Amino acid sequence: MTYKTIFGSLSKYEKGHIDIIDDDAKHYVFSNMFEVANKSQPWEKVAVGINQEYVLEAIRAEGKSGWFTCDHDETVLCMDGSVRIDYVKLDKPLAQSGKGGSIAVNGDPVGKKMGHVVLQQGHQALLPKGSAYSFTAKTTGVLLQQTIVGDLTKQRWAQICLS
Amino acid sequence: MTTAHASEVNTSGPNEFGYNNYALGNFSFRRDEYFAHVTWPTGSHTISIDDFLRALQRDCAWDFFYGTVNFDHVVGTINHYGNVDLFAGRFNAAFRKAEIDYLQNFETPVIRNTFHTMLDNWTNSTFDPFASPAETQAPWGNKSGSNTEAVTRRRVAAQRMVGVQGDEQIRSDATGHPINRMFEDVPQSEPEVHAEPGFESEIAAFNLFAYLSRSNVTWNPSVVSVCKESLYCPTTEEYILPIVHGNDRVEWFIQLSDEITWDVADRETGSPRAKVVMKAGDCAAMPADIRHQGFSSKRSMLLVWENNSADLPDLIASGKAPQYPVTF
Repeated sequence: MTYKTIFGSLSKYEKGHIDIIDDDAKHYVFSNMFEVANKSQPWEKVAVGINQEYVLEAIRAEGKSGWFTCDHDETVLCMDGSVRIDYVKLDKPLAQSGKGGSIAVNGDPVGKKMGHVVLQQGHQALLPKGSAYSFTAKTTGVLLQQTIVGDLTKQRWAQICLS
Repeated sequence: MTTAHASEVNTSGPNEFGYNNYALGNFSFRRDEYFAHVTWPTGSHTISIDDFLRALQRDCAWDFFYGTVNFDHVVGTINHYGNVDLFAGRFNAAFRKAEIDYLQNFETPVIRNTFHTMLDNWTNSTFDPFASPAETQAPWGNKSGSNTEAVTRRRVAAQRMVGVQGDEQIRSDATGHPINRMFEDVPQSEPEVHAEPGFESEIAAFNLFAYLSRSNVTWNPSVVSVCKESLYCPTTEEYILPIVHGNDRVEWFIQLSDEITWDVADRETGSPRAKVVMKAGDCAAMPADIRHQGFSSKRSMLLVWENNSADLPDLIASGKAPQYPVTF
């Protein structure tokens, strides 16, 4: 037998559902990242998971992003499309020590080029502490970022979740 | 409640079926050709040996995991991170009402040693408790060899991310991880990684989907990336989660591929609360006051996302942190 593995994408996804027996659907904070990204502006960091200070952000990858930096490791998982990530080792850290989440870098970062990666669907990359990084979407897609709630995190649970 | 300290394993020689019997505090365990029999001062319980070994395998591999591992509707463990409760009927409303539930606390090394020894002794050579039922033979019958290599697999626990220099490495045929029969269509290309000299340990990427397509176990979350206490613990799922997991904190599921149905019930009573059907791209929280069991017809990829903070269980139990991740 030949099996077909089903992944989602911006253009093709099917959202699941909750059958409530004795509960409130809101307790499950149920959303679909492709649906969220379809309604997002490019590079908006929309929370689709939150656990105390930690967050998962769905990002619509389209065109070229600005530069970001962070005081802790983050990761990004490409769920659809293709994206290049460029890295710069900042001469001087821009994120305040101990601050959670990523912040925007004004203009181009000052520092040494660290390299770049190119991700396709299913690829995950490290966004190392103290680096600046920017994304260039080769094709429009969706990224899932593992980080901490920060200034750029957008929480719009009532709009994105089943209730 | 009593606490047992002795770390030696209390076991008999082989019984008439060739398996050792075990005593752990006031609990005793015996296996025959088809069943595991568990006995405690106020009762006893019988579990099909395939279900028991699959549950025991997860409890051992996860070192009692987060919160409650219900082997079924009667027997299970509660992790207190340093010590563990072994219980019978603790989360069964009828047992509680009849006041025949029983619980004994053990320092973790005590119960760990007994469980690991029992798992190894009770698993025959042709049965792999981590495999899907379609990929292993049955556990029935008299004692017939052992499968120590299968039941003592090392659990992956990345420090930063799989693929980073010095951290957990990617899977391949060469590492003994062939592509699973249900994931043969998953692209295996690795990302382009171009690190400037001196930054080879910082610029890293890997193909998570290919990595998961080569997993040789089911229902076994293992850490592939870390952001402080935020842990990505993806896993591949086929058939039924062999335990019913009772949460002591909020846990998140991100469905990466295919579909899983979750039966969700009240953590304390087992009363059904919801059925959650998740498809690729879906994100859902499992609240801190529920138990859940998953069903996956086709092998699927699930990202289990955990907050590993040691403070969370007490904060939630004391009401200082909410049972639900967010209100809206």
